Amino acid sequence: MIVTRPRDWALVRAQLADLHAKRVFIMGCGQCATVTETGGEKEVLAAKARLEQEGVEVTGWSIGEVACHASGQRLEVRKHFGEFSSADAVLVLACGAGVQTTADVTDKPVTPGLDSLFLGTVVRHGVFEERCQMCGECVLDRTAGICPVTTCPKGLLNGPCGGMWNGMCEVLRDRECVHVRIRERLAAQGRAVSAVPLPPKDHSKKLKPGSIDMRAGRKKSRHGGA
Amino acid sequence: MSALREALDAGRFVVTGEIAPPLGTDLTAMRTSVETFAPVCDAVNVTDNQGATLHLSSLAASRVVLEMGVEPIFQQTCRDRNRLALQSDLLAAWTLGLRNLLVVTGDDPRGGDHPEAKGVFDLDSTQLAQVAAGFNDGHDMKDRPLKGATDFFIGAAMFPEAEPWDVQRARIEEKIAAGVRFFQTQAVFDPDNLVRAVEVAHAHGAKVIAGILILRSERAIRFINERLAGLMVPEHVASRIIGAEDQVRAAVELAIEQAMWMREIADGVHIMPLGLDAAVPEIVREAGLR
Ligand code: SF4
Ligand code: SF4
Repeated sequence: MIVTRPRDWALVRAQLADLHAKRVFIMGCGQCATVTETGGEKEVLAAKARLEQEGVEVTGWSIGEVACHASGQRLEVRKHFGEFSSADAVLVLACGAGVQTTADVTDKPVTPGLDSLFLGTVVRHGVFEERCQMCGECVLDRTAGICPVTTCPKGLLNGPCGGMWNGMCEVLRDRECVHVRIRERLAAQGRAVSAVPLPPKDHSKKLKPGSIDMRAGRKKSRHGGA
Repeated sequence: MSALREALDAGRFVVTGEIAPPLGTDLTAMRTSVETFAPVCDAVNVTDNQGATLHLSSLAASRVVLEMGVEPIFQQTCRDRNRLALQSDLLAAWTLGLRNLLVVTGDDPRGGDHPEAKGVFDLDSTQLAQVAAGFNDGHDMKDRPLKGATDFFIGAAMFPEAEPWDVQRARIEEKIAAGVRFFQTQAVFDPDNLVRAVEVAHAHGAKVIAGILILRSERAIRFINERLAGLMVPEHVASRIIGAEDQVRAAVELAIEQAMWMREIADGVHIMPLGLDAAVPEIVREAGLR
């Protein structure tokens, strides 16, 4: 789940003003932003009402089924062709990938209504925690399914660091130290609490920018795997 | 060859002190600290942007200490440099004559004076110890031969008081396997906790220099409990200082006692004076260490 947060409304209005946008189309996302309640139907309609109340015309709106899916968004733009054409700008309530995917399939200026935060878990309704930084070389097999790259505030592969106290983290003191949790879960599962430290991360495995062709992957992928 | 290593190998009980390089270029205060410690210390740690706050680099300051005729323990944290910079600084340290190395993770920038800074942590302290051990064996992280190897005496930090102990014990063993030959501990208040730490280290041939913090005042105790992550001064120790008429005196007496019982357990003491440098010679002498 990509977790997003609404941008400050005054900032969104300033973005639209920069684009001299008197007529706006609003695009939401049917996936993550719907679950996080930042870009689902309810939020898109709320943004519409607010813009209209503030004197901005909303030419139309839609919820892309998956806003980060290029062909899906192309279809969405086609479906709402007239409403897109008459808009001065498109406000996208989706993650950064959704905004860019939309920008790629329309000639209209596109502007983000959300900030993208992290890839995480829905711990419970409305509560999200980051779980993966997509480092390109997963270590979860060695760490009892707990990611130290992401959830240790220092991102240490081996720990705990010297500040751990009574199992708690020195940086975020209301949280358990991730490395204590890892070792305790390994022990509880009867697995060796590894004496072989994890090797330094291979940062070249995290492609920047990430790009992969899974079809070519059947021959050889740029992601390193064959 | 490191004189600290020689002393420890010979079974001599060592004393180490600690200085923080200045925020700036004026070395006067730092030199005064070094001069205070020199007659009673085997070596002096030179911290590396300690507490994630900006100071003159440990590399340069360690060299200054060396030129003053005192053996420095060059501290290197993983927080501020990636593996290229860490390796190149290790080579620099050796060519500058620095023989003792203490690898530490480093405090998170969020707790320091540049909370906006990116914490690098490209390597962790165990991995950095492995890199230094590789340098001692004559190769870099990529297994390429060095033109001229190092022979660092590699140390790391440990925290004998921290629970859960199985986790701490595993950490000590991992660090020793990575090439660590001596430990300097955070402050220890309970002899039993020092005993358990020393047992693990000695079982694998590593030395332990036990930490003493001079708890100079109630304010210092509160600072330590709140700011120095993880270091909790036990109630009975804190009340002894806080209840004293002369808190500095009480702190010095406590440190002397600690040094005396540590002498029976560990291989040395590491005194962190918290600004009370002038008390260090007295503590060392009164404890009968010199
Ligand atoms: S190790 Fe890397 S890929 Fe695996 S969960 Fe952590 S960040 Fe994600
Ligand atoms: S206490 Fe544990 S989780 Fe917190 S920074 Fe240190 S190693 Fe990471």
